[in-house]
Amino acid sequence: MSEALQVAANPEVVKKHLAHHFDTMQQQFDAGKLGMWLFLSTEVLLFSGLFCAYGVYRALHPQIFQFAGEYLDPISGLINTLILLTSGFTMALGVRFAHTGNRKGLSICLILTMLGGFGFLGIHGYEYFAKYRARLLWGTNYHPSVGPDHQKLLPPAGLLKPLARPAPVEVAPWHNLKILKKQGFNVAHSSLTPAPVGPAGIVAKLKRKAPIGPYSQPNNVQIFFGAYFLMTGLHSIHVIIGIILMLWLLIRNIRGDFGPSYFAPVEFVGLYWGIVDMVWMFLFPLLYLAH
Amino acid sequence: MTAVNVPDKPKINYLNCDKTIKSWLLTLDHKRIGIMYLISTLTAFFIGGMLAEVIRTQLLVPKGLIFHATKHMSSFAAYKHYNQVFTLHGIIMVFMVLIPIIVASLGNLVIPLLLGAKDVAFPRLNLMSFYLYVAGAAMAIISTIAGAVDTGWTFYTPFSIQSETYVCWMVGGIVLIGFSSIFTGINFIVTIHKMRPPGMTWFRMPLFLWGIYATSIIQVAATPVIGVTLLLLILERTMHIGFFNAALGGSPVLFQDFFWFYSHPAVYIMILPAMAIISEIVPTFSRKHIFGYEFIAFSSLAIALIGFLVWGHHMFVNGQSAELDTIFSLLTFLVAVPSAVKVFNWLATMYKGAIKLDTPMLYALSFIILFTVGGLTGVVLGCIAEDVVLHDTYFVVGHFHYVMFGGTIIAFLGGLHYWWPKFTGKMYNETMGRITCVLLFIGVNVTFFPQLIVGAEGMPRRYASYLPQYQPYMIASTVGAYIQLVAFLMMAGYLLHSIFRGKKAPDNPWGGATLEWTTASPPSHYNFDDTPLVIEDCYDYSNVKYDESIGGYVRTDVPPKTEPATPPEMTPAHT
Repeated sequence: MSEALQVAANPEVVKKHLAHHFDTMQQQFDAGKLGMWLFLSTEVLLFSGLFCAYGVYRALHPQIFQFAGEYLDPISGLINTLILLTSGFTMALGVRFAHTGNRKGLSICLILTMLGGFGFLGIHGYEYFAKYRARLLWGTNYHPSVGPDHQKLLPPAGLLKPLARPAPVEVAPWHNLKILKKQGFNVAHSSLTPAPVGPAGIVAKLKRKAPIGPYSQPNNVQIFFGAYFLMTGLHSIHVIIGIILMLWLLIRNIRGDFGPSYFAPVEFVGLYWGIVDMVWMFLFPLLYLAH
Repeated sequence: MTAVNVPDKPKINYLNCDKTIKSWLLTLDHKRIGIMYLISTLTAFFIGGMLAEVIRTQLLVPKGLIFHATKHMSSFAAYKHYNQVFTLHGIIMVFMVLIPIIVASLGNLVIPLLLGAKDVAFPRLNLMSFYLYVAGAAMAIISTIAGAVDTGWTFYTPFSIQSETYVCWMVGGIVLIGFSSIFTGINFIVTIHKMRPPGMTWFRMPLFLWGIYATSIIQVAATPVIGVTLLLLILERTMHIGFFNAALGGSPVLFQDFFWFYSHPAVYIMILPAMAIISEIVPTFSRKHIFGYEFIAFSSLAIALIGFLVWGHHMFVNGQSAELDTIFSLLTFLVAVPSAVKVFNWLATMYKGAIKLDTPMLYALSFIILFTVGGLTGVVLGCIAEDVVLHDTYFVVGHFHYVMFGGTIIAFLGGLHYWWPKFTGKMYNETMGRITCVLLFIGVNVTFFPQLIVGAEGMPRRYASYLPQYQPYMIASTVGAYIQLVAFLMMAGYLLHSIFRGKKAPDNPWGGATLEWTTASPPSHYNFDDTPLVIEDCYDYSNVKYDESIGGYVRTDVPPKTEPATPPEMTPAHT
């Protein structure tokens, strides 16, 4: 790392930004960069726990992922992917501008990257809202038949024909606890019986465009939506943190902090944004293209 | 503050350079953060230890001495309190004591000193990890007051989802402590990579740094997984997400896999720094070069790496396939090899050395014996056939207390006594130290050896009551716990006495050859006046001789020094 990037020596900057326990700006920069890489590796590991859970459930219940994956819109996912890729490019360009001391260029790049982040969150928020309206949610909250938009959100006709008009009660394998309680049942969280795996042969039946009956929704579809909300939610939190960091960089840049001899924060946020991009590159195919 | 480095005022050091409370709470000085960690972890250790005494007192009689059925309370309700007590004991000891007690407290105190550096790489991050630890502990206290957790320290689902106690608060606190541990790990890895003084190559580093380096790798690589696992557990309880709940299609065994993927490497977070301390103490007190430096260094890394691949041995009896059992069992045996390499190297270091039986060395010897017992019983448990019989019995309890108490805590106490003169500037009463160490060694064995026997006879762990035939062993174990209590009270007595009335410590009381002994006791605010240049071996004691006039050791050669690139006063980044 240290060979690749040289920090220009500048006595003014040393006085202002060199911490007392480092000897040179180069040492300080290298230490910070190594620390940032280590931190990002822990971020990857944080997500890898979720990826691991995803893999386990996908291997155990492929029919759930095949079925529920139809409910995600690959087009919004694709647009979001493109937005994030573009923002990754503008961020990298911004880091380059920081190296060369182009303050104006850095500001423009930071603003563009932030806009990308907002766009991503907007589209994602819209998707979340639609899922919420249809009650395609996690765990016990999965209850599509009570959602006002249930009919609208179903896959286009022809894709999964018979499912377009399901009897509402059968579509929801797990009743919302609150509803059961309203109906006078005394249910505790643990009193639900263990769910059987979906009926045999269901995977074959769920092949695209193959006709399936109205009752062939596999059990435990909520597992997929649990994974979807968890993984994309954690990722969106990272996007929000990234936007906040870029706002901070923008303020510092306007103040004139960065230049060829001090650009460490820009570099590190750039690395962070790269990881945020990369996680999404895995999330998109795993979730949106699951079917 | 400007007077810190003026050589003609040697009495100004990091402890008395600024005495306001704010200067302590907002300090970025690694030594002060280390002291604050030390006080916090020792407080947690006191609470956890008192809970242990409650557990042992309860088990004096078969029906339970403290928690048992009365006119007002069913035995079920009474025993629930016992569950809470042992759960709290486990959580406090594992997450708040064993994990940070060496790395965060002693590590912070001595790592920059061993490196000849002015501070760790990221002082602000260091302070933040301390406050994350405090915040996590505060959440744990809130949970305990509101409704103490009764799940056992492992939080196994589905009970941890169903329990009516405040699991979320406790688990949230542990997540914060986990982040504290991650940041400490990152800090130390970068410090060791980037802050070594000129001339200190990787293989001229003191072995303590190798041990801490391996530990930090585990902290960085394993802790995020427990973070996400416990976050999932919180979501499970609050939002019913269903990942670990079989009723919602989830898998409780997945929780166990995730949990042990962290928690098995976590025992190496506890034991590697302990071994690292022993690797410093043994050569210093044997006055002999460490035997097999590279072997000790690489065995730390080997333990760290293999330690990631053995978590399945906690799950031999929960339906794991026989093939997986076999693989995990084999890898478990493998991890014993680098541990044994270290033990043999310490023995070979002592062989024909001029051994001085001072307090730190007595702790090191206790460690070697107790850790060997703990390690060998671990190999016994690693055998699948034996584990099926011994799983969840007191044999397991005895095993991990031998490793965790007899290993980590004893080594911590060795390190505490070894570096005590350095960071307090005072000598403790040596005779009292030796007596206490021997008493503690006896106490540990009297407590935990009967547990191995009673476990082999079939007594299950975590029970509030037991069959009368086990009572003799249980009484012996409780007596041992009381012996330990006496030993710890004695230790608290003479250590506190040393702070106020102790003899002034020389710079190098034990004759160590590592860099921390070349600076003052206690060190100045910036540790070293000049950045040291390391060209000699840090385990070469031929030039370290005892000087009658100062009561300590001095170097007979004058180590070369380099001028710092910028004088410390020029860049006063922190106070």
